[in-house]
Amino acid sequence: MTPIRNDASTRNDITPGIDFPADSEGWSVAGRTLRSRLIVGTGRYDTLEQMRDSLDASGADCVTVAVRRERLYDRQGQNILDFLDLDRYILLPNTAGCYTAADATRAARLGREILRSLGNPGADWVKLEVLGDSRTLLPDPAETVRACRELVDDGFSVLCYTSDCPVTAARLKEVGAASVMPAGSPIGSGQGLLNRNNLRIILEYLKSDDPDYPVIVDAGVGTASDVSEAFELGADGVLLNTAIAHARDPVRMARAMRHAALAGRDALLAGRIPKRLYGTASSPEEGVISSRPYGSAADG
Amino acid sequence: MIRITVNGKPIELDAPMTVERLLDSVEVPPNYLAVEVNAHVVPRERYTDVTVGDGDEIELVTLVGGG
Repeated sequence: MTPIRNDASTRNDITPGIDFPADSEGWSVAGRTLRSRLIVGTGRYDTLEQMRDSLDASGADCVTVAVRRERLYDRQGQNILDFLDLDRYILLPNTAGCYTAADATRAARLGREILRSLGNPGADWVKLEVLGDSRTLLPDPAETVRACRELVDDGFSVLCYTSDCPVTAARLKEVGAASVMPAGSPIGSGQGLLNRNNLRIILEYLKSDDPDYPVIVDAGVGTASDVSEAFELGADGVLLNTAIAHARDPVRMARAMRHAALAGRDALLAGRIPKRLYGTASSPEEGVISSRPYGSAADG
Repeated sequence: MIRITVNGKPIELDAPMTVERLLDSVEVPPNYLAVEVNAHVVPRERYTDVTVGDGDEIELVTLVGGG
């Protein structure tokens, strides 16, 4: 690991030491090209129709799903698969709710089996999530690394949810995660990006010799500006669910998230100006028709 | 009479049966489902030759909304 360069005095909002590749036609995760940089969840919507319309408005081409027993039909006798266009979306099955590596790997294999039956390209992908605490929903780092290694050995492309700890993120990349997905803040909390510095360090560590390695900010997004912020920091993707599903108008929020992703990514590639302590005039200082009654306060 | 467990619930069957027959009793298209017998996934192509017998623990799962 290389230490972070501490040049934050003049460039305190950008991740140093990384040359971000310009967007041409999408971005790559686990050997697949995605057009949208948003990955959106399918949970917590009032209705499956609302979910379908929100996914459409988000522009995402990869959506997460969970693997569950019982309730093979919901109360209306509907199955989510009847509301997902499998020719349009890559389904990314998750291991949400698992607290041990053993349970998470079982869930991953069950998800793979369903997606194989459906002929969906997400069949060998898994969003690995191994929780360590039911209140914060923070991940268990030891179990997550163990499960990640086992699933990689079993042929999975593992997109791995983790905390914003840079050391854990580096370990997950070492054991073969196709993407490391640090949380901005606890799942469903809507607190946005709580530790920008850790996210910057993760981006620097994971991309230092491997600029195309995908880092996806997963969890904690509350509103559109959080998405823009993640992309401005240099994240390759953002995964979110509740911020859309529980917005007052989910379809409109999905559209806002789509725009925020485009805006944030463009801002990163355009290169923001440094923050300065003093003002710099945008209009010419010469040729002003009025006199200047005040100089600098420092002139006395 | 044999006893199996499906998704944590005890169920009685007249006799052992294949996974394929067991799935006939569920109103979900088989390609929406995955099946575990005693914590091992049964691949779809083996539904006709894997038999569920006394004491087996079955998990029958599908996809639901999630983040």
